Amino acid sequence: MLLRKNYRKMTGRFVLSVGILTCLALPAWALEKDLTVVTSYPKDLTTAFKQAFEKQNPGVKVEMLKKKTTAGVKYIQETASNNSSDLFWASAPDAFEVLKGDGLLAKYTVKAVGIPDLIGSYPINDPDGYYKGFAGSGYGMMWNTRYLKAKKIPAPKEWNDLAKAVYHGHTGMSAPSRSGTTHLTVETILQGEGWENGWKLLKEIGGNFHTVTERSFGVPDGVNSGQFGVGIVIDFFGLSSMASGFPVDFVYPTVTTLVPANIAIVKNSPHPEAAAAFIEFLLSEAGQEMLLDPKIRRLPVRPETYAKAPKDFPNPFIDKTIGAKVKFDVVKSKDRYNLVNSMFDVMITYRLDDLREATKAVQDAEKAMAGKSNAEAEKLVAEARALIAVLPIDENKSLDNEFSAIFKKKRKKATDKVTGRQAEVEQQWDTMVKSNYAEAIKLAKKAKSML
Amino acid sequence: MPRIRTSYLVASLLAFFLLIFLIVPVGKVIYVAFQDSSTGALTLVNFVDFFKTSLFRESFFNSLYVAGMSVLIASLIALPLAYFTSRFNFGGSILIQTLGIIPLIMPPFVGAVAMQLFFGSNGSINLLLDQWFGINIPFMKGLNGVILVESIHYFPFILINLSAALNNIDRSMEEAAQNLGSSGIRLFRKIVFPLAMPGYLAGAALVFLKAFDDLGTPLLLNVNNMLAPQAYLRISSIGISDPMGYVISVILVVFSLFALWVSMLASRGKDYSGGGKGVSGLLKRDMRGWQKAGAYCLIIFLLLLVLSPHISLVLLSFGTIWSYSVLPDAYTMAHYVEVFGTTREYITNTLLYAGLAASFDVAFSVAIAYVVLRTKVIGRQWLDYIATGALAVPGVVLGIGYLRTFNDFNVPIIDKPLASWWVIIVVALAIRRLPYALRACTAALHQVSVSLEEAAENLGAGKTATVRKIVVPLMAGGIVAGFVTSFATAAVELSATLMLVTAESDAPLAYGIYVFMQSAAGRGPGAALGLIAVVVVAFGSYLAHHFIERNKRMQATLTG
Repeated sequence: MLLRKNYRKMTGRFVLSVGILTCLALPAWALEKDLTVVTSYPKDLTTAFKQAFEKQNPGVKVEMLKKKTTAGVKYIQETASNNSSDLFWASAPDAFEVLKGDGLLAKYTVKAVGIPDLIGSYPINDPDGYYKGFAGSGYGMMWNTRYLKAKKIPAPKEWNDLAKAVYHGHTGMSAPSRSGTTHLTVETILQGEGWENGWKLLKEIGGNFHTVTERSFGVPDGVNSGQFGVGIVIDFFGLSSMASGFPVDFVYPTVTTLVPANIAIVKNSPHPEAAAAFIEFLLSEAGQEMLLDPKIRRLPVRPETYAKAPKDFPNPFIDKTIGAKVKFDVVKSKDRYNLVNSMFDVMITYRLDDLREATKAVQDAEKAMAGKSNAEAEKLVAEARALIAVLPIDENKSLDNEFSAIFKKKRKKATDKVTGRQAEVEQQWDTMVKSNYAEAIKLAKKAKSML
Repeated sequence: MPRIRTSYLVASLLAFFLLIFLIVPVGKVIYVAFQDSSTGALTLVNFVDFFKTSLFRESFFNSLYVAGMSVLIASLIALPLAYFTSRFNFGGSILIQTLGIIPLIMPPFVGAVAMQLFFGSNGSINLLLDQWFGINIPFMKGLNGVILVESIHYFPFILINLSAALNNIDRSMEEAAQNLGSSGIRLFRKIVFPLAMPGYLAGAALVFLKAFDDLGTPLLLNVNNMLAPQAYLRISSIGISDPMGYVISVILVVFSLFALWVSMLASRGKDYSGGGKGVSGLLKRDMRGWQKAGAYCLIIFLLLLVLSPHISLVLLSFGTIWSYSVLPDAYTMAHYVEVFGTTREYITNTLLYAGLAASFDVAFSVAIAYVVLRTKVIGRQWLDYIATGALAVPGVVLGIGYLRTFNDFNVPIIDKPLASWWVIIVVALAIRRLPYALRACTAALHQVSVSLEEAAENLGAGKTATVRKIVVPLMAGGIVAGFVTSFATAAVELSATLMLVTAESDAPLAYGIYVFMQSAAGRGPGAALGLIAVVVVAFGSYLAHHFIERNKRMQATLTG
């Protein structure tokens, strides 16, 4: 510590003297000529906004620091004591929640008017006033047309389609623990279909997965190159792939989910005025119109901007099927955030081979059963399906704050105490899930042999 | 006792550097592994959890299996290439050896896409197989896929180190054996191979450790049940501080050190050094016609195999759309035009960072190797162990550790936190690639006979002069090998770099590729940038090789 203090003192003096020299040597310069934005967005989007903003505010130079959402969060956390970032600009609301929880965001009141409170059923802005939504995106399915044609697979229309045997081994998705937007989709399915049925559907879809990708862009990438046929993706991935010329197509299912994309000022931002100006620009009519660009393709939060949109552009403020069917409960989602991620990983991501094999066995048995009637075999298959669907905990337990605290592991004070360890719980779940899948395989095979 | 004092001074300087830039930053991140998550007290309960969890046990054995098999396959690829090019008069030996290092330069993301497009379940090869024979071979599926990619990617470690060792063998040994009537396979088995053993072991140890700790390959194939991806997936989830990720990191480091220790036991107590009197390098022979044809066929087959990802990268960078087809739909220069404006800065940064990092690695490695093998400093082995342990530290962990440790330390004059100065990227690259150079240099020093140094000292040369004029020149082959591996791999590193880049003007090529590979439209330009990286790095390595070889030859003529 002593060493560090000395360093600080020394550097402090040094900075002072260099500072004086600089002041003497240089003419006075404008206070805020820089703006540093930490963002997870692709080049197409960041470059467009950087150029437009710099044009509107001559003299300001914008630095777009591109980092994966997770890396961006860690970067802001670790550099907080000597912060040099002004804005954090990314999709996943949970990333903003983490930064907010750590007290690393600054409150900001938007001056722009005319932005409603909700997009679909999701609140656009953080109720506590830290981060602001500037666009929305819907989830849907994209597929490779050459792939489906070659393998003679029909194009999917609804989520349930992906649970059908014909898609076995041909679909892909990202894990909710890897991508905040994927998490929202999973949570929406759980809230829309109910805890039990939602997980059942997710496991049926998961049993057909070719792969669970490590990052959310891995899904469009895999579909574009034809690694697998169908992917569950956020709309702009599908639509921008089409715009880039890949032989792919995209559809929103009837019940889709809408996720907002956000921006927030980092606490102790070195250039707060430029940061505020950037947010206002993003929410202005000019800024919102830029979202309609086919390479960017996000849903504006200003309802009047849709008047300038191309004909088939979805409008969540008019079309109530987009994200409106499910009344999204933000508090519920937040409380069990890490728990849901962990369950998905234990039951699907890390046991994908076992789940896939069990699903295949059930599908084979059902295929053999078609057109025949064998009560005993039917009973076995139903049992196998039930075994696959068994959950380690019910919904009440998932909302039990004491239990979900095991997964949060963020002790605010040294006196905070949590009982139980995540690894301990996951290990119990894993044992249960693995033996259930194995048992299901046995039952389904037995059923098939009876036909 | 001035000499002993000097060696202790050098050793403590090395140790100090490792302490500041490796142990402290990494320790600051992974201490969580030893902490009870509910009370914050010190505990080993997390390690108990690790061994109790079947998923982790499974991951551990999978990693072990993959590492072992990768060494085997990589040896099968590297041995013929090294043997033919150093043993026989062979047209294009240098070309083959240069091409042999290219697989090490696998740019992030695009390399993965290129591999999938070629070998994937719906890649070119399988589409052709399906058309012709109606079969599909899952090259890229599960653990077999990981083994295939690891061996293709890392076999150059064996090739480079083995070739360096073969070229360093004292020819008089071979001549002596021939005079005593040994030849052919017997000569190779009894004389050549044992003498080249340090080089082979150094390479094989690197392949083993790298395959054991590697993160990129399992992630690209979406294989989750191995240790490194388990650690990464747990560490990099948003807002969670699940200690298991760090527990796995600790286990990776400990096991890597254990494996290294075992490989050292294997070479302990043996003297591989030559007298250094005669000419080094094996006698080169001519091959008979059919032998030559056979050798060429084998080499061409191996080169095609190991370069296939890069061939596919070339196609990707010139292709318009490549999706579920054997070849791209059409070809274009558009991707190169698009990246043209942005590449110059990326290339300069990459060459600067990787060049500095590799030079540093080589200097540091020679020092460590010398302290470990030639002095009696107490605990000297630990310098080697700790530096090699860096191999098992995930890039994200090192990146976060640097941010945590150096963000509050402002660098004088430029008045910026050390953590956001570009130099920190160089340090991170140097630390991450240090093990490569270190293994190569240690192996090289193994082959230098102590008697030469003693002779120099008897003739009145000081320690410094001996090291400079005798040891370093004799280690030249190993130093080149170390420089090339460190340089080539540092140039395409991403995980630590992504954490530490604070301004686009400071970013290297790997970051540029990452930025492109975030969107569908960026795949072609990303591949173009990736190919530029490969060409630039290959050219850089070739120049380094050429330069040092020329120096060596000049010295040989001067002394000879």
